[in-house]
Amino acid sequence: MTEWFADNFVSILNGLAIGSLLFILAVGLSLVFGMMDVLNLGHGALYLIGAYVGYQFTGGVSSWGGFLTALGVAAAFGLVAGLILSVATEPLVGRGHLDQALLTLGVALVVAEVISIIFGDDVQNVVAPPGLNESIQVFGNTYPAYRLALIGVGAVLAVAVWLVIEKTSLGALIRASVSDREMVSAVGVDNRKVKAGVFAFGSMLAALAGVLGGPVYGARTGLDETVLLLALVVIVIGGLGSVRGALIGSLVIGQVESLGRANFPDFASFMLFGALALVLIVRPRGLFGSKVGAG
Amino acid sequence: MSVEPAPSAVDAPSAAATGTGAPSGSTRRRLPLTGLTALAVLILLAAVPLFVAPFQTSMLARMLIFALLAVSLDLLVGVTGLPSLGHAAYFGVGAYTAGLVAKYWTAAAPVPLLAAVGVAAFAATATGWLAVRSHGVFFLMLTLAIGELIQQLAESWSGVTGGDNGLSGIPAVEVAGQPLTLVGYVYWYVLVFAVLGFAMIWAVSRSPFGAALRGIRDNEPRMRSLGYSPFRYKLAGFVIAGAVAGLAGGLLASQQFALVTPADLGFTTSALALLAVAVGGAGSLWGPAIGAALVVLIRDVYGPDLDGHGTLVLGAVFIVAVYLLRNGIAGLATTRFRRRGPPPSDAAPPPDPTQGATGAPVSGGFRQNRQDGRQAGESSQRLDSDDPSSDPPNPGVKRS
Repeated sequence: MTEWFADNFVSILNGLAIGSLLFILAVGLSLVFGMMDVLNLGHGALYLIGAYVGYQFTGGVSSWGGFLTALGVAAAFGLVAGLILSVATEPLVGRGHLDQALLTLGVALVVAEVISIIFGDDVQNVVAPPGLNESIQVFGNTYPAYRLALIGVGAVLAVAVWLVIEKTSLGALIRASVSDREMVSAVGVDNRKVKAGVFAFGSMLAALAGVLGGPVYGARTGLDETVLLLALVVIVIGGLGSVRGALIGSLVIGQVESLGRANFPDFASFMLFGALALVLIVRPRGLFGSKVGAG
Repeated sequence: MSVEPAPSAVDAPSAAATGTGAPSGSTRRRLPLTGLTALAVLILLAAVPLFVAPFQTSMLARMLIFALLAVSLDLLVGVTGLPSLGHAAYFGVGAYTAGLVAKYWTAAAPVPLLAAVGVAAFAATATGWLAVRSHGVFFLMLTLAIGELIQQLAESWSGVTGGDNGLSGIPAVEVAGQPLTLVGYVYWYVLVFAVLGFAMIWAVSRSPFGAALRGIRDNEPRMRSLGYSPFRYKLAGFVIAGAVAGLAGGLLASQQFALVTPADLGFTTSALALLAVAVGGAGSLWGPAIGAALVVLIRDVYGPDLDGHGTLVLGAVFIVAVYLLRNGIAGLATTRFRRRGPPPSDAAPPPDPTQGATGAPVSGGFRQNRQDGRQAGESSQRLDSDDPSSDPPNPGVKRS
C-alpha cells in the first residue's frame, strides 16, 4: 500500500490539481443549474475565453503583472458574459432544458469560432508567473510548483465558497432558491436578480479557471468541449446544485483522470464516463443530489 | 408489449373528430394533399442525378443520410419526449458495422445495411435499457455519457476501427454483383433506403404505438395508470430510433470513398442532429429532414467559403432558432396554412372543453405539463388523433 502510494504520489498530486481546477469550473455550473434550472452548455466557452485572455496577457513571458492582469480581465469578461447569458435565458424559463441547452450550445459554438478566427487554431502555451515557473522537490519527487499553487488556490476558493454559501445570509438566499424558487419569490425576492448574480459569479469563476488552467492545459481549440464535458460529469456525479457535491465530484474525477491515465492509459476515458454512467444508474440524482432537475 | 394497445385512429378518425371537434377532421381532408406533396418530393429527389452535377449529387446524398439521422432522433425528441445528446453513437455504430462488413466479408447489398441496423439496434437496446430509466436533464447527461463512451471505444479499438484515422478502404456497395461506382447510382441506393427508413419512422409514429409514445411524453403517470408500461414503450422507441440511425450510418459507409471517423459518433454530430430537429420542428418528422438539409448546406457548402467557419453560422442558427422558431420550420408552416388549428404557443391554449375545469393560470413548466397531460388523456380519442400535425400545440421537446 505504502509502495503503491509512493509510486503514484505524483499522479495523486496531479489529480488534486485537476480536481481544484474542476471545482472552480464546476461550482458555478452546478449553482446555476441547481438554482435556476438553466443547463448552461456555454460554460466551457467561458473557460476558453479565460484561457485565451491568459495567453494574450502573458504572451509566453513569465510575469506576475501579466498574469494578474489576465485574471482581472478574465473576471470582468466572465461577469459580463454571465449577465448576458442570464438575460438571454430569461425568456426561456419554463420552456424546458432542451431550449436552454440549444441556446447556450449555439453561444458556445459562436464564441469558440470567434476565438479561433482571432487566435488561429494553433496550440498556445501559457507560462506560469515567476517563482511558480519551476519544479520543486516534494517528498523526493520533482513536481511543478505551479500545480501545487493551483491546489492551494482551489482549496482556498472551496473554503471561501463554502463559507459564503453556508454561513452568510446571501448564501442562505442562494440555498433557498435552489430548494424552492417559488417560495423565495413569494417572500418578495426578485428571482431574476438572484439568478443574474449567481450566473455572473459562476461565469466569472469559469473564466478565472481558464486563466488558472492555462499553465497546465494551455489554450487550444476544442478545449471548451473537453472541460465542459468534465464539468458536466462532475456536477452530475456530485449532484446538481450542491457545493459539497461539486467539491467531492471534482476530487473524485480529478483522481479518476490522473490515476486512471497513469495506470490504465487505454481505459482512462472509459473510466471517466463509466463512472458517470455508474453513478447515474445507482444514484440517479447524483451522490448529493436534491430533487431539482428531474422534471 | 403486454398491454392492450389503444384503438387505431386509422380505423376511427371520425370518432376522433366528433369527440373533440379538434383538428383531426381537417387533418383527414388534407391527407390526399400531403400524399401528393410527398410523391412530388420523391419524384423530384429521384430525378436529381439526371440533371445535377456529380458533386452536388453526392452532397444531396449526404443530406439524405443526415436527414434520416435527424428524423430518427425526432422519434425520440419530438414524439417520445426524450431529448438525446448521444444519438450519433448509433449512427456511428451503424457506419462502422457496415464499413467493416463490406470490407472483410461482403459488400453485396443489402447485407452491410442489415448488419448496420442489427448491430445499432443491439447497441441501442443495451444502452437504452439504462438510459430510459432516467428523466429530464439526467437523460440528456446519460445519453451524452453513452455517446462519449462509444466514441472512446471507436478511438481506442484501433485494430478494428482504425482509431483516430478512421476506417477507410471500404469497397463500393455491390448490387447484383456489380459494384456501384457512379455517383448517381450510389445516390439512388441511398435514396431508396433513406425513404424506407423515413417511411418506417412515419409508420411507427402514426401507429397506436406512436400514440402511446405521445401519451407517455405528455403525461407518463396517467399512461401508467391506464396500464401502459412507460419503460417498455420508451425502450422500444429508443431501439427503433437507434436502428434507423444505424441504417443512416450504414448508408454513410456505402458512399464512394467512404471514411468513417470517431467524429461521426461524437458530441458534435449529436448536437448538429439535435439542431436539425429543433430548426425543423420537433415532432413533425418532415421538419427535421428539412432542418438536416439546411445544416449540411451551411456546414458543407457555405462553410468552405467562410474559411471553414461554417460552425459560426450554425451557432447563430442555433440562437435564432431558439428565439424565433419555437416550433421550427414545421411550426411556421402550421401557422401559415392552418389558421383554424390551435396556435403554436402555450400562451394561448387551444379551446378545449375539458380545460374549463382546470382554468387556473399556467406559469411553470411542471404545471403546464400536467395540464396538457390532462387534455391529452381526458379522452382517448384525442390521444388517438395521431397525425403529427395535430399534436397538442407544444411538442414534448419544450417540456423535457
